[in-house]
Amino acid sequence: MDRTEEQWLEGLRKTVDKVLPIRHYQENYEAIGIKRAEDIKTFKDFQRLPLTTKEDLRKNYPFGLFAEPMENIVRLHASSGTTGKPTVVGYTRQDITLWAKIVANELKRVGVTKKDVVQIAYGYGLFTGGMGLHYGCEELGAVVVPISGGNTARQLMLMRDFGATVLACTPSYALYLAESLEESQISRDELKLKIGIFGAEPWTEGMREEIEARLGIKAFDIYGLSEIMGPGVALECPAHQGLHIDEHFYPEILDEEGNPLPDGERGELVITSIKKEGFPVLRYRTKDLTTLHYGACSCGHVGWSMDRVTARVDDMLIIRGVNVFPSQVEEAILLEGFEPHYLLVVYRVGNLDQLEVQVEVNEATFFDEVRELEGRQDRLKKRIGDALGISVRIRLVEPKSIPRSEGKAIRVIDKRNKEG
Amino acid sequence: MLQLSIFLENAKGRLAEVISLLAECKVNLRALSLADTKDYGVLRIIVDNPEETAVKLRERKVVVSLTPVWVLKVPDRTGGLAEVLNQLVQQDVVVEYMYAFVEKANEQALVVLRVQDKAIMEKAMQTLNLPVK
Repeated sequence: MDRTEEQWLEGLRKTVDKVLPIRHYQENYEAIGIKRAEDIKTFKDFQRLPLTTKEDLRKNYPFGLFAEPMENIVRLHASSGTTGKPTVVGYTRQDITLWAKIVANELKRVGVTKKDVVQIAYGYGLFTGGMGLHYGCEELGAVVVPISGGNTARQLMLMRDFGATVLACTPSYALYLAESLEESQISRDELKLKIGIFGAEPWTEGMREEIEARLGIKAFDIYGLSEIMGPGVALECPAHQGLHIDEHFYPEILDEEGNPLPDGERGELVITSIKKEGFPVLRYRTKDLTTLHYGACSCGHVGWSMDRVTARVDDMLIIRGVNVFPSQVEEAILLEGFEPHYLLVVYRVGNLDQLEVQVEVNEATFFDEVRELEGRQDRLKKRIGDALGISVRIRLVEPKSIPRSEGKAIRVIDKRNKEG
Repeated sequence: MLQLSIFLENAKGRLAEVISLLAECKVNLRALSLADTKDYGVLRIIVDNPEETAVKLRERKVVVSLTPVWVLKVPDRTGGLAEVLNQLVQQDVVVEYMYAFVEKANEQALVVLRVQDKAIMEKAMQTLNLPVK
């Protein structure tokens, strides 16, 4: 739906209205002279509102930023909280319905129908991945197989026996399933899989090609985060013209200092929810780096689209003063024909940061002559070095020696802090 | 003849593991050489049934490739190997690597040769008619 600026502002004002009774927002807004939603007359006014961060959520742990009394909340979700207290979000019944509708709409756009059998191999639980997809698929009327993550042999058996046509999980788990399929007694022809809905971690275009080829499916990138709602904030369009953002979310792109950037420029994605009740969020910093475009797409969508997120601010490594994203390494590895299983190990020798990239050798990349192997190693080293702007060490390792993930993949081991 | 080439990560016990695996598969090692770098090694072996052994190793997740090599009989006396190599050089054969072993039965000295260009070697062998195993 094409919205006028005034319509967007109207939506944003409603969210401001909703959060104003919450102390955290009230204090912040009063400090800049905003007492009522009506004080926001233009986008400029809106952009003066302070950003909301993960830290704000932690400070108000667990329910401090909820906009509805607990009696109206019907579900809680929480992030893993590996670096501190988890961030908790709450949903009203209306929120759950809205979320399901949003996800259903998006799935419909990429060709999922009520005739499909959807195997949901995202984790179920506090993580929003499993349940978010689950309710969306049910809303659509598809057959849901809520298998959750893990137990790969059983995943493949049921995928065949239940005739799953759609697979939803993280891209790294999809790849692991593909690899396990190749080694199993089940042949690809016995499967009916045709669509993959993959997200919850950054992945590259090369990774998509790899998964599509190995599973024989069309793969789509789904975007979301629990603080905003969960999966379904955006889903890639069938024409691969970026990820279309649902109209219940107002996106902005900001530079490192928090200044707005024009369409097409890369920066941090910031989102404001519209119509959310239990946990409305204003100008939330996603820490995901992307670019925004507004317009009409050949697939029929009108509104905001974002490029795929290949990097998160949190994933960024600073090595010898240079910003490094694992996705840059992934791209180079795939271009050189190596397996898409890799691990970045950062360590320190003396005062100097070192980056070691571990890649698995396979039959296609193995040569009996050390000179040839070293040649391949050097080419990869050069390609990664050119992409990152720093020199790296390549270490060839045996197949399957890098741990596989059933959820979000671990791509980096940073040993610098532990060694002091 | 086909040589088995095996990728080995430099990890404690890895070589012993793979050699034990070969023992489990009842493979008799005729000759062996190990090229090593800082992080990994390439184990090269000559066995009786290379193709069959490769299949067994692959089932056990070992990265292995089959490499065409020549196994030449070398006169077991001073200058024997030099003679053979000089003849090959004259035929433009470029050797990538080489290792030697002795057959117990008849005390025969043998060398395994991996060459840069297979076609040149084939032609040289026709011309020179060197004894092979």
